[in-house]
Amino acid sequence: MDRSRHAIEGWLEARIEHWQALDQDLQRQLDMPVESAADLMTLVQGLRGVARDLSLAREVMPGNRITAYLEQLYVRAHEIVYRPARNPWQDLKRAFVQDAPRVVREIRGSILATVTLFLSCMLTGWLLVAEHPELAALFASAEMISQTQQGELWTDGLLNILPSSVVAVAIIANNLTVTLFAFALGAFFGLGTLYIISLNGLMLGGVFAFAGQYGLDGRLFEFVVAHGVVELSVVCLAGAAGVGLGEALMRPGPRTRVEAFREAVSRAGTLLLVAVPFLAGAGLIEGYVSPDPAYSMGQRLVIGVGYGLLFWLVLGGLVFRSRSSHGEKEKARLDAVAAASDSG
Amino acid sequence: MLQRVGIEQLFRVLVPLARHHAVRNPGIGHLPFLGMTDALHLTTADGMDISLEVAGVGSRSYAFVIDWHIRMLFVLAWLATALLGYDALGLGSYREWLDFDSSQVVYLVILPPALVYFLYHPVLEILMQGRTPGKRLAGVRVVTTDGRTPGVGALLARNLLRLVDSLPSFYLVGLVVAMMTSRHVRIGDLAAGTMLVHESKVSSESLQTATRLALSQSLAPADQELLLDLLERWGSLHRQARIDLGSRFLAKIGEAMPEDHMLGSEQQSQSSAALDQALFERLSSLAGGR
Repeated sequence: MDRSRHAIEGWLEARIEHWQALDQDLQRQLDMPVESAADLMTLVQGLRGVARDLSLAREVMPGNRITAYLEQLYVRAHEIVYRPARNPWQDLKRAFVQDAPRVVREIRGSILATVTLFLSCMLTGWLLVAEHPELAALFASAEMISQTQQGELWTDGLLNILPSSVVAVAIIANNLTVTLFAFALGAFFGLGTLYIISLNGLMLGGVFAFAGQYGLDGRLFEFVVAHGVVELSVVCLAGAAGVGLGEALMRPGPRTRVEAFREAVSRAGTLLLVAVPFLAGAGLIEGYVSPDPAYSMGQRLVIGVGYGLLFWLVLGGLVFRSRSSHGEKEKARLDAVAAASDSG
Repeated sequence: MLQRVGIEQLFRVLVPLARHHAVRNPGIGHLPFLGMTDALHLTTADGMDISLEVAGVGSRSYAFVIDWHIRMLFVLAWLATALLGYDALGLGSYREWLDFDSSQVVYLVILPPALVYFLYHPVLEILMQGRTPGKRLAGVRVVTTDGRTPGVGALLARNLLRLVDSLPSFYLVGLVVAMMTSRHVRIGDLAAGTMLVHESKVSSESLQTATRLALSQSLAPADQELLLDLLERWGSLHRQARIDLGSRFLAKIGEAMPEDHMLGSEQQSQSSAALDQALFERLSSLAGGR
C-alpha cells in the first residue's frame, strides 16, 4: 500500500509540470494557429502523455479533481490536435464556384415549384383586385390608395422624403428579413414558406392590378424592374430552400428526420450564403436608381435584366466555370489512380 | 404553525419521491428538474472514453437572459448617449429622429445598436469558439454532437434558426423543443448538429492545491476531493451545517475532533463559534495549510 502511494506521489511530482506546460500551450493555440512542426510535435506528445495520465488517474483517483482537470486538458488538446484544417476564404470561394451551383441543380424541382407558386399567386392577386377593386384595401394602405386615386404613385416623392442611402438600408433590412423568414419558416413542414411566398405573390399582383385601374401600372413596372428581378429571385430561392426543409421533414427517406433536416439546412446555408449578398446590390439599386426619374425605361431594363442575369449565371455555375472543370479533371485523375490501384 | 410547512418541506418530500420514480423509470430520467444530469459519451480517435455534461433548459435560459441584458444595456446606453449628445452637438432635437429623415440619424443612432442586437450571438459565438459572455458566465458552451467546437457554418445555421425558435415570443418554440429533446436542444441546434454542454472548470490553481494535498496527506482520493469541496463551500454554509459536515468528515477519515468543543452548555453560542473556527483550522491544516 505504501509503495503504491510512493508511486503515485512520484508520478504526480514528475507530471504536473508537463500538464501545466501543455495547458499554457493550449491557451496560446486559441489565439494563433500552430506555426512550426516542432510546436506541433510538442502538442501531439503532450496529448499522448495526458491520455496515459488520464487513464492512470481514473484508475487510482476516481472522482478527484486532478482527474477532472486531466479530463478537460485531454479534451482541449484532442480538439486542437485533431481539428480539421480550416480555410474560410477557400470555403467561401468554393461555395460560390461549386457548392451553390450544385445545390441549385439538386433542388431545381423545388425552385421551379416555388417560382410557379409565386407567379400563380401573383396572377390570382391581379385577378382578384381586377374583379373586385374594393379588395385593394387588403394589399395597400389607405395612404397609398388616396395617393393613387390622385394619379400619383406612392413611390413618386420617395427621394424628397428620404435620402437614397437611407432607402437602401431600409430596403436591405426588409428584404433580408423576408428572405430569412421565407427560408426559416420552412421548419414548420414547409408551411411557413408557402405562406410567405403566396402572400408576397398575392400582394405584388394585387398592387399591380390596383395601380392599373388608375393607369399607373406602366410606371409601377418602371419603378420595380431595375431591382425587382434579383429581389424576387432571391426570395424565391430562399423559398425553395424552405420548401426543402419541409420536404426533409415530411419525407426524410432512408435517414432519420433530424439527419434529413440537418442536411437540408446545410444545403440551404450554402445557397443563402451566395444569394443573400445580391440583396445588398438590389437594395442599392432600389435606393439610388428606382426612385430617380433621371433613369429612362431602357436604362432600368438593362440594369434589372443585367443584374438578374448575373445572379442566375453565378448560381447556375456559369460564371466561374473554368475552375469547376479543373476540379472535374482532378476528380477524373483521382478516379483513374483509384482504378489503377484496384486492378493492381 | 401551518405557515411553517412551506414549499421547502413539500420539496423535501417530493424530490426524493420523484428521484426514486425516475431511477425506476429511466425513460423520464432526463427531466431536468429532477436533478438528473445527462452526459454525452464519446470515444475519441485514440480510444479514450470521455463524457461531457449536457446543459439543460435552465442553463440555456440563464445564459440567454444574461446575454439579452448585455445587449439591451448596450442598446439603451447607446440611445441615451445619442439622445444627450445630439442636443449638445446642436444636431437637432431627438423629436426629429422619429421621422427617420436624416441619414445621420440612421447611421449613427439606429444602425449600430440594431447591428449589435442581431449580430451579437453569431459573431461572438464564432469569435469565442462557441461561447458568448452569457454562456461563459453560465458555464456552458456550444459543441457539435461529436464534442468538437462547431465551425462557422454550423454556428450561423443555429443562429439563423433562432427566427423559428423565438416564435411566437419568449422563445416558446425553442423552450418546448429543448424540454422534449433528449439533449435539451432547440430547433437551431437540431439543424446545425450542435448542443450545449457544461464547461469543466478546474483551474490551474485548483490543480496545484489538489496536488499539494495528494502529496502531503494519506487521504483516499475521494476523501481529498470531499475535503477540498467542503473547504471551498465553507464560507457559504450555515454554521450548524459546517459543524455537522466537518465533524462527519473527521469521523469518516478517523481523525479526532478538535480539543476545545467540550465547553459548558450555558455558553453554547460562543462554543459553537469556537468549534466552527477550530474545525476550519483543523480541516485547513489537513488540506495543506491554506
